[in-house]
Amino acid sequence: MSTQVQHAEPGFFHKYLWSTDHKMIAMQYMFTGMAMALIGGFFAYVFRMQQGFPNQNVPGFGLVTPGKYNAVVTMHGSIMIFWVAMPILIAAFGNFLIPLMIGCDDMAFPRINRLSYQIFLLSALVLLSSFLVKGGPFGGAWTAYPPLSASGAYNLTPAGAVLWLIAVALEFVAFLMGGINFTVTTMNSRAPGMKMYDIPLVVWMIVLASIIFMCSAGPLIAGAVMLLFDQTMSTGFYDPTRGGDPLLWQHLFWFFGHPEVYVVLLPAMGIVAEVVAVFARKKVFGYKTVLYTTWAVGFLSFVVWAHHQFVAGIDPRMANIFSITTLMISVPITEMVFLYIATLYGGSITLDTPMLWALGFIAEFLIGGVTGIFLGSSGTDIYLHDTYFVIAHFHYTFVPIAIISVFAGITFWYPKMFGRMLNETLGKIHFWGTVIPFNVIFIPLFITGTAGDQRRVYSYAQFAEQSRPALQHLRTTSTIALLFMLSFQLVFLFNFFWSLRNGKTAGPNPWRSSTLEWTVPSPPPHGNFAELPTVYRGPYEYGLPGAAQDFAPQNLPDSALAEGMKA
Amino acid sequence: MLERYLTAASTYAHSIDHLFILIGALVGFWLVAAETMMFTLIFKFRAKDGRPTQYITGEEKHLKRWITIPHALVLVCDVVIIVGAITVWYNIKQDMPAADETVRVIAQQWAWSFQQAGPDGVMDTADDIRAVGELHVKINTTYHFELMSRDVVHSFAIPAFRLKQDALPGRTITGWFRPNRLGTYDIQCTQMCGLGHGLMAGRIIVETPKDHAAWLLRNASPAQSGQKDLPASAPEGTITMAEARR
Repeated sequence: MSTQVQHAEPGFFHKYLWSTDHKMIAMQYMFTGMAMALIGGFFAYVFRMQQGFPNQNVPGFGLVTPGKYNAVVTMHGSIMIFWVAMPILIAAFGNFLIPLMIGCDDMAFPRINRLSYQIFLLSALVLLSSFLVKGGPFGGAWTAYPPLSASGAYNLTPAGAVLWLIAVALEFVAFLMGGINFTVTTMNSRAPGMKMYDIPLVVWMIVLASIIFMCSAGPLIAGAVMLLFDQTMSTGFYDPTRGGDPLLWQHLFWFFGHPEVYVVLLPAMGIVAEVVAVFARKKVFGYKTVLYTTWAVGFLSFVVWAHHQFVAGIDPRMANIFSITTLMISVPITEMVFLYIATLYGGSITLDTPMLWALGFIAEFLIGGVTGIFLGSSGTDIYLHDTYFVIAHFHYTFVPIAIISVFAGITFWYPKMFGRMLNETLGKIHFWGTVIPFNVIFIPLFITGTAGDQRRVYSYAQFAEQSRPALQHLRTTSTIALLFMLSFQLVFLFNFFWSLRNGKTAGPNPWRSSTLEWTVPSPPPHGNFAELPTVYRGPYEYGLPGAAQDFAPQNLPDSALAEGMKA
Repeated sequence: MLERYLTAASTYAHSIDHLFILIGALVGFWLVAAETMMFTLIFKFRAKDGRPTQYITGEEKHLKRWITIPHALVLVCDVVIIVGAITVWYNIKQDMPAADETVRVIAQQWAWSFQQAGPDGVMDTADDIRAVGELHVKINTTYHFELMSRDVVHSFAIPAFRLKQDALPGRTITGWFRPNRLGTYDIQCTQMCGLGHGLMAGRIIVETPKDHAAWLLRNASPAQSGQKDLPASAPEGTITMAEARR
């Protein structure tokens, strides 16, 4: 495996590429995820250009043929979920934050942790290698329904389909290892005095997300093995002419696929909780209730999967059950969002860049949440299923999750990660330059979806209803907004790399936050804590009556509270 | 509201549209309420010198009310929506009215073909009409469709009818529709089915009984060579496997 490393610089290899330090592994995950995000974003640019300006050469890509269109759509979806949202939200933040926030020196299994990243990197390389094989990358949508995905005669990408499947399976292996590590570390390595209800929400949420992932991934891995056999050994698990059933895959896929939504949502909610508490100078409203609703969401997420299959040919009576469970999951999620909003009450709110992102998350995620009701209701889903309404809906959940909350997290913990502050002005330009175009991209798509635009259609020229000029204007508007949103990411990249050297020195606790990661130097040294801390209180004690300052660090004994700690 | 964006041409299109409006009104209210509350709080509690933050745990009864009461109301709205959703679903997908006519819809990469009874009114006889890409139906007539696929999963969607049903290889799925508006409407495939997925178009033509009878007669007789109203091969916009590979 070491052949992949060409750098000869002594020490570099062990420091940056073969490290078992959780912070370095977090950086590896984060930079790999960011690189994949650039690729996934480029694909969005390619297919949106085809939608906005049909059948013209796309600068930097060329003509988008139907086959290429299907491939970039499939790769965009797969990459953004499996190789961007998961590595950044769970692996990068989980690895960086868990040991620091619970007060220990490293993960429980550092070498499993290193292996986890290496397998993840391998999975990304396998996926990207599918661009080099004959027939090109898989184009059968990220859901990979058989028989299309099972047979090269149907999908015309025999090698690409196999590589896609292997890449997804490897990615799962990586995250199973990561999940074990996060759970075990949080359960066993907490600082003395840190009780279950003293664990910061983001740690809780990453652990719960890992548990949900581990519980839901099994069936899909089994399904993937069967699909791989169908592809490569001519078995017939999904082939109805030989006694198989294509619906089996759909059940296995969505039994994983829907909990997966919450696997990425929960860490995002956790990040937002941390940021909102710090910048509102408030204890999270109803910490325990937030946790209970999280457990409820986690449980319910396992019994809603067939709402992706209302019209897939399942017994229509089943749809009623899944419609009920789907609408029921809105109850704990609503409660959670209400609690976040309530946290603002009585606070002392400053709108620094991380807070803008966190509030942006809540505001935008609400839209994603309520539009989901139209789709969870079986009656309206008959019409809206697989239209652009679905696309707009889940981007209103996934963009807040994988983009907005990630920026909240990066801007918030950047000082801790690199010891320097990001530039606030550039941060705010980046925020507005991302959030405004984001809405201009997807609001038009709600309308085109409501007007009957079906998904994954390369050109609407052959549909009289869909080729009305009014709808084309909306598609073009959406594409232009995407160009704006993508170009504003350059501001972020510039800010990120420029501030590494030129940012203001951060000091250990620039945001005056009370959780443990802010008690160590920025960036934290190897081993994190010079002396392992003891915890005396919960994570969000802001404005505690009788304290000398408006935050009470978790590791400060009650006796020292009145004098306060050095700022 | 949906009709502003797309014609409604079947009997159940309106019930889906009404459910859409009901859900839109309920969730729209909550969306506006939550966003308003959030922005009000951000403004009202912005940092000011000399105003310390309040210490609130979220266990206080008088404050918890602000969560629990809206929460109970959300639950009530959910129940209303569930009842509406299941009613509409039941009427469209579970409760099949008796059929006046039956059509067979066969999906394959990447075309729709249709089979319906000829003038004798009986399916699977010599005078059956088979067509590619075009389905002719009578207005105000309840049709049952038997949906099947020759290869991969497709989805039979007529947006103007608010109809959607996946076609699965190895199964025949029965559904129904009753067109109530004359005109020509699009048929789209809405399940990724390979290279030509985006080009898998069809048309459904809703005509008066008189026109329909005339169409039947023109196309039914097997003795005549060449069914002149029907496209000789795949309709415009449909690509064949050989073309697609090019």
